[in-house]
Amino acid sequence: MTNTQQAIEPQTITLCGLSDLIPNSGICAEVDGQQIALFYLPSETPQVYAIGNWDPIGKAHVLSRGMVGDIGGKLVVASPLYKQHFDLLTGECLENDQVSVSAFSVSLVDDQVLLSL
Amino acid sequence: MLKVVVVGNGMVGHHYVEQLVASEIEAHITVIGGETRPAYDRVHLSEVFSGRTPEDLAMTTRDHYRELGVEAHFGDFVASIDRDNKIVTTESGKEYAYDKLVLATGSYPFVPPVKGNDLEPCLVYRTIDDLGMIQAQAKDRKIGVVVGGGLLGLECANAVKNLGLETHVVEFAPGLMGVQLDNGGSAMLRRKIEALGVQVHTSKATQVIEENSDGDTRLVMQFADGGSLATDMIVFSAGIRPYDQLARDCGLTVGERGGIEVDYHCKTSDSDIFAIGECALFGGRIFGLVAPGYRMAEAAVSQLGNDSVAFQGADMSTKLKLLGVDVGSIGDAHGKEEGSVAYTFSDERIDVYKRLIVSADGKKLLGAVLVGDCSDYDTLLQYFLNGIDLPADPQTLILPYNAGEAPALGAAALPATATICSCHNVSKGDIVSAMDAGFCSLAEVKAETAASTGCGGCTALLKNIVDDEMAARGLEVNTAMCEHFNFTRQEMFHVIKVESIKSFEELIEKHGTGRGCDICKPTAGSILASLWNDYVLEDKHVGLQDTNDTFLANMQKNGTYSVVPRIPGGEITPDKLIVLGQVAKKYQLYTKITGAQRVDLFGARVQHLPAIWEELIEAGFETGHAYGKALRTVKSCVGSTWCRYGVQDSVAMALYVENRYKGLRSPHKFKSAVSGCTRECAEAQSKDFGIIATENGWNLFVCGNGGMKPRHADLFATDLDDETLIKYIDRFLMFYVRTADRLQRTSVWMDNLEGGLEYLQKVVIEDSLGIGAELEDQMNNIVDTYQCEWKTTIEDPEKLKRFRQFVNSEAEDREIIFVEERGQPRPATEEERQQILAKSA
Repeated sequence: MTNTQQAIEPQTITLCGLSDLIPNSGICAEVDGQQIALFYLPSETPQVYAIGNWDPIGKAHVLSRGMVGDIGGKLVVASPLYKQHFDLLTGECLENDQVSVSAFSVSLVDDQVLLSL
Repeated sequence: MLKVVVVGNGMVGHHYVEQLVASEIEAHITVIGGETRPAYDRVHLSEVFSGRTPEDLAMTTRDHYRELGVEAHFGDFVASIDRDNKIVTTESGKEYAYDKLVLATGSYPFVPPVKGNDLEPCLVYRTIDDLGMIQAQAKDRKIGVVVGGGLLGLECANAVKNLGLETHVVEFAPGLMGVQLDNGGSAMLRRKIEALGVQVHTSKATQVIEENSDGDTRLVMQFADGGSLATDMIVFSAGIRPYDQLARDCGLTVGERGGIEVDYHCKTSDSDIFAIGECALFGGRIFGLVAPGYRMAEAAVSQLGNDSVAFQGADMSTKLKLLGVDVGSIGDAHGKEEGSVAYTFSDERIDVYKRLIVSADGKKLLGAVLVGDCSDYDTLLQYFLNGIDLPADPQTLILPYNAGEAPALGAAALPATATICSCHNVSKGDIVSAMDAGFCSLAEVKAETAASTGCGGCTALLKNIVDDEMAARGLEVNTAMCEHFNFTRQEMFHVIKVESIKSFEELIEKHGTGRGCDICKPTAGSILASLWNDYVLEDKHVGLQDTNDTFLANMQKNGTYSVVPRIPGGEITPDKLIVLGQVAKKYQLYTKITGAQRVDLFGARVQHLPAIWEELIEAGFETGHAYGKALRTVKSCVGSTWCRYGVQDSVAMALYVENRYKGLRSPHKFKSAVSGCTRECAEAQSKDFGIIATENGWNLFVCGNGGMKPRHADLFATDLDDETLIKYIDRFLMFYVRTADRLQRTSVWMDNLEGGLEYLQKVVIEDSLGIGAELEDQMNNIVDTYQCEWKTTIEDPEKLKRFRQFVNSEAEDREIIFVEERGQPRPATEEERQQILAKSA
């Protein structure tokens, strides 16, 4: 157990630039083999959201290609396969509380999209 | 001509003018208004501090009066009335002769007789000018006090709070809104208002207002109980008093406590003088709400014509939002009637209070109080106004709903005389008549009767009645598309067209709530495309498209796409067939011939789509719109060119039709076919529109369907020449695009169309609605602005950015796995996929 003493530094990774984002829609980034769906909603606060790209119901990496909107006040993306909605802030599935995807912390700094690990 | 002079141009005075102009009575109308501006909406006065401008509140303009032929003078008060000579004289000395005089002078704010009430920062709240003074006094100040905890006082407190001042309400009585609420309701209202940061002081009698010597604030109020309150400004809003001085001076009968006495016809003690609105006293009461004022105006106008309408007093039930808190009061809120029984429900977790007052025998509703939740108001009001028998357990009317036992008052239970919209005096009978006359949708009923276009309080009830009536007529009940729009697709289409709306943002801002969803966005996107035919991937439309429309391909179960190039009429050259094979081989695509005489290429990764299309376009292909709610294919047989039985060139017609309607966005996909003879090899009678050749031309069939619920198409017209055939199809398709519901195929649309085939034939063939030319123009516009979306896309590097698998790497999705079967790739099953991934890891 030699690693336990090692300090864990908060780390951020630059995923892409603001111009790579598509307003009111999603794109996909890859970090260490993991797929992350990034959504850019210019009129919301915050403006960028990140959740896992894997659709646990449709079983494919497609959430970044879903349509964004709000349901009952929650910002969501609808899976393009079977239309379940996932909360952009928490990753929870609105239709099935047994299912969720990861939610990531992202921010927009100096026109760069940063992911906090 | 009859000379009518109207003194006062508030909401009621203006309503009188409007009603008189709209009537058949010939009159020269002179309006004399004391304020410098024409009538405005005083009810929503406090909104001037939350973004609305005085212009927004205006109910008319000088120009509008001029157009109506009304002579109007503003900023001049009437000083005296000479009843003998029938002349009024204004303060500026102008004289106006009248045959009939209407006093709509309104009321003025009551200022308690307290020493110091005339200091500079002591104001009243009644007019737009008052607001200007309040704003000026509030500048750079911190604290504002409103004297008066009634309806007007709380409205005023909202205004003061909107100015950013620390807000206090000082009330003489022990509770807020003592007239409309019982103690429990009043206490709940106080709780909610205090939670909003407004400080409430009840049972406070102000004795004196003094200038503050310590300089921190400008004023100090001293109360009878010894307490005091420091403030920068005081606004009196403690009730109103009728403006009846003119009437007193000329000897008209006035009430003991003020108010010009009037009869059922709103006539004063002088039969040539009427009084309406808050200056009038009827049955010993002043009616300080706008709706009764309007009824008085209508009664007074009717006296100048042939049909006499009586003012019968008015119900003072009210529902409003005070400082954002829903408050409703109906009838006898205090349970004053002997033997009455009260039911009370209170939930302090969510700060909701509801109380019912019921007659001794438990059968009739006498009154109600609602604080924090007014959703039951409409229903309760109907029980009250119409004397409807209560259910056996009246408490269920205010208890939170339990599944399956919602005690909604069926719209069917209401009598035809029940007033639904009190702003515009629309009864249930009026709504039913409008529907009898063919105005069946909610939007149409609103437009026709004006119901629910005032305060909007009856929206839910109106919808219930319309739904109920529609169900009774066997029509499908229109329901809202989603939580963001209370529209059907047809209504949305209408709104977008009429208001020339060009983007979803504009649409939702004007007519919706929230941000939209995967139901309303694509619907709006489709309508915008049907109407204006912009490139679907223009920046403002991108977020509206389903993934299939966004990537111009059809997503399959593993996240890859299928590609379907257009092969019009199913006719393809060998060279093009070869290109399809080459592209499929190069990108390892699975190929299959579709039922629509096309070739479908499956398994394309998102990042390969542009390259695939570049090669296809190079070879002369266009997008097939298999991804869109649009025309798919026009299937054809070989026709007279090859076939021994063919009588017309079905392939040429199919090519023409497919090229004409390709790209047209519609409520759902639609298909067509052309057969060269009655043997019908192209199966045209199972298509949305089918064309079958005859010796003399073409027979047109409409609204057929294969698939899940087959429907044999209806024969629509026979032996048409080419030009007429296309004209009818243009009209038919555009009428479908306009009127169908979301995701409604033509077959279902036809089954729901009132009047059915015969009606459709009238609209299209006989142009019974007179919209034939418009429909054709709209179609021509779509045809003229057609573009191959794939061609536009691959020419734009910005658009191509979206077809990257990853924004931050060139890698491909390694978890998409194919296996081979019958010589072609297919997606691995989940089990196979896991095995293969485990092996490679």
